[in-house]
Amino acid sequence: MKSSVIIFPGSNCDRDMDVALKKFGFKNEMVWHNDPKIPKCDLIVLPGGFSYGDYLRCGSIAAKSKIIKSVIEFANSGGLVLGICNGFQILTETGLLPGVLLQNKYQKFICKNVHVKINDKENKYFKNIKKEILELHIAHNEGNYFCSKDELKSLNDNNQIAVTYCNKNGNENENDNPNGALGNIAGIFNKNKNILGMMPHPERMIDEYLSSNDGSFFFENLIENLK
Amino acid sequence: MEVNEQIAIDHGLKKEEFNKICDLLKRVPNITELGIFSAMWNEHCSYKSSRFHLKKLNTKGKKVIQGPGENAGVIDIEDDDAIVFKIESHNHPSFIEPYQGAATGVGGIMRDVFTMGARPIANLNSIHFGSPQHPKTKNLLRGVVKGIGGYGNCMGIPTIGGQTSFDESYNGNILVNAMTLGLVNKNKIFYSKAAGINKPVIYVGSKTGRDGIHGASMASAIFDEKIEEKKPTVQVGDPFTEKLLLEACLELMAGKSIISIQDMGAAGLTSSSIEMASKGNLGIELNLNKVPCREEKMTPYEIMLSESQERMLIILENGKEAEAKKIFDKWNLDFAIIGKTTETKKIELFFDNSKVAEIPINILAENAPVYQRKWKKTKLPQKIKFNKDDFKKLKITEVLKKILSLPNISSKEWIWQQYDHTVMGDTIQKPGSDSGVVRVHGTKKAVATSVDSSATYCYAHPLTGGKQVVCESWRNLISCGSKPIAITNCLNFGNPEKEKNMGEFVECVEGINEASKFLDYPVVSGNVSFYNETKDKGIKPTPAIGGVGLIKNYKKIITMGLKEEGNIIILIGKTEGHLDQSVFAREILNEKKGPPPEINLFNEKNNGETILKLISNEYVLSCHDVSLGGIITALSKMSIKGGKGFKIKKPKFLINQFEYLFAEDQGRYIVEVKKENFGKVKEILNKSSVHYDELGVVTENDIIIDEKSKVSIDELMISNKNWLKDYMNK
Repeated sequence: MKSSVIIFPGSNCDRDMDVALKKFGFKNEMVWHNDPKIPKCDLIVLPGGFSYGDYLRCGSIAAKSKIIKSVIEFANSGGLVLGICNGFQILTETGLLPGVLLQNKYQKFICKNVHVKINDKENKYFKNIKKEILELHIAHNEGNYFCSKDELKSLNDNNQIAVTYCNKNGNENENDNPNGALGNIAGIFNKNKNILGMMPHPERMIDEYLSSNDGSFFFENLIENLK
Repeated sequence: MEVNEQIAIDHGLKKEEFNKICDLLKRVPNITELGIFSAMWNEHCSYKSSRFHLKKLNTKGKKVIQGPGENAGVIDIEDDDAIVFKIESHNHPSFIEPYQGAATGVGGIMRDVFTMGARPIANLNSIHFGSPQHPKTKNLLRGVVKGIGGYGNCMGIPTIGGQTSFDESYNGNILVNAMTLGLVNKNKIFYSKAAGINKPVIYVGSKTGRDGIHGASMASAIFDEKIEEKKPTVQVGDPFTEKLLLEACLELMAGKSIISIQDMGAAGLTSSSIEMASKGNLGIELNLNKVPCREEKMTPYEIMLSESQERMLIILENGKEAEAKKIFDKWNLDFAIIGKTTETKKIELFFDNSKVAEIPINILAENAPVYQRKWKKTKLPQKIKFNKDDFKKLKITEVLKKILSLPNISSKEWIWQQYDHTVMGDTIQKPGSDSGVVRVHGTKKAVATSVDSSATYCYAHPLTGGKQVVCESWRNLISCGSKPIAITNCLNFGNPEKEKNMGEFVECVEGINEASKFLDYPVVSGNVSFYNETKDKGIKPTPAIGGVGLIKNYKKIITMGLKEEGNIIILIGKTEGHLDQSVFAREILNEKKGPPPEINLFNEKNNGETILKLISNEYVLSCHDVSLGGIITALSKMSIKGGKGFKIKKPKFLINQFEYLFAEDQGRYIVEVKKENFGKVKEILNKSSVHYDELGVVTENDIIIDEKSKVSIDELMISNKNWLKDYMNK
């Protein structure tokens, strides 16, 4: 399986994603934002970081970058696009995913382990995954997901809410919502479920010596589903 | 503008220093030249009060690749890997503008590290604020933490450790010390020494603006009520540009075109160009019209003294300009050839086709003033005779809960949750432990690092305090199973022109040196920050020590959380019951006098090395050093971390229960071992002549002290966890 990680100026989780993808068997290539095109692949990843410094709304400049046209084309033709953290913000800015990521409710950057519940397994990302709840890590200042009532209804109606913040038993309550996200939303799909944007970082949780190993389940499962 | 004595004094120079300049130049300097002298001869850049004493420091060791004198120190961690690290202060700017002051402190120290070719892999910080009740404290804390996070998070470098304290002596002078570790191949280290004549001098990075002019001079002055007016001297940080600069520099460094490279930190273009030329024994010629400026009509004076951030000066091999420019173009950074190296041994500046400054380099560097300032020894205070009847009124568990919730002991999670501590995917021990640990990417190795200071001890007796802080650093590294290698120090003191403050500096340095020598724990880099004084009130002496140690196999890391019910808890090291200057004495008994606990370097080394022996034999399941708040505080933290309780009993000593549990005797650790290994552990301890007490056992939930006192883990956790969060949200 081939993957491509797009590097924007200011991306800083690109290496971590590269390490994770390779560890679980992807043949990964790093693609610079000014490269003319993305190599043929099965998965495109928009990594975390501060693309273009995030000096406007997070992800907004990356959403207008040269390479993003190819990402949109790839996504519209059914290709798998995964956006983590800043990648998720970029995906909402391009309009590939609905809604926006506002500043965290408590107006602070938050870096900690969280639990998320997998809400839908009828997709390439979570099909057959052996767990219902994953312990992952968040590190962001703008992860407070928000969308209009209509958009939320549509997300619910089409089972597009991918993962929600919860406690370790899977209860989605306000105490376990780290950033004030609407409906505890941590990640969503597009309607076709080939695009996934989420705030938590599975790539930082890929072995037992790190603070969780649950990212491994995510990647192992993903590559199996793509085979 | 005609330069005279008054203008020189306004630049922070002393009358005698101005006369010395005129003598050396054999004329009166022009305003640009005066600016350059003031930048090079201020305390911050010239170390004029400290140099004489710093020279005595133990800076050599088998693992030292580069000691003090470069952008940062370098140590060998085997297999051609090396760690570049340094700590630096940004105290004055952070008090004036906490966000930008702290942010640019972090930016500056990272540049010092990647200037040497290393990719930063970990950040730490040591931050000190005034009393929590002081009206400024909360905002300063909030701003500093946001600034540190804002810069480090954007750069994508994990902040894995630190230290925060509150003391009223910082009311008018907070301390913000930032430390960075970088990883480099030991054969690919870059230095700042220029070499060769007619080599192009390249300016890269951000454009030069009017921010931070005279920053270094400001950092060398005491504060008065007009300090707010100095806001324009604080630099403004742009971590995004620094991230680009990091990647571009590392890309260029992968080739062979750089002769030398130096970041533009304090005193900007002035100190970077002069340092490079001085080290290479060369001259340097700059055309200031070529310097990329972001503001109009900047004068040579402003260009030379600007402390705009995210800039580097590079001396390239001839003919490599185009290749280098291509890299900086890719990263959208300015790249300008602004001059060349010369054989004149002078710095010569041109602007609008005329020469605007000409100064022999040696006058600026080697002839900079050095002062052997007068200093006063601090006498060892008398020991306090505590009235043990007073203890009878106290309830152990209540005292313990109070201590756990004190500002200086309580959990600092509110702070470190705002720092990205897991980016780069190698953090195997997070903040909130004895030390932060990151893996050496792609290898079995890991580096442990911590930053420590103990102003209370240093204030009570600087010589002992200096030794103590080095030992504390060593213990923190030992506790996670790493072998301590070397330290960096950030020496934060008051006004060196006052004999008492100067004495504190001299004796702390002496203490640091003594411990560093005995433990073979050399100082490889550092920074001095004097004049931490406002309206005649100086800070307590606060040397901060950043230590680095190596774990050969990261899978063998030891953490502090208690592990399993039934395991034996042992105290390593001897408890004499030293309460003077302890948290118990100061905060519970309100007794602030007396000497700090004594340091026995022989025991310190022996105990530490023996712990490492126990760890390498795989007998140790958890380990934590005993520091503020004594044995019971240390154990409580192990309990909170591991979610297990403990049942302990004071050995039958003559000393009182409170003395035993709350004393801050040094050189002690608590370790958890399996019952079946206890015999072998005792054997090793006895063979090494290490004193130990069997304290008790790990329990599932309950915490029982001397059979009578009971408390739950939850109660302890709540006491420990909430103070800072509640304080900040109030």
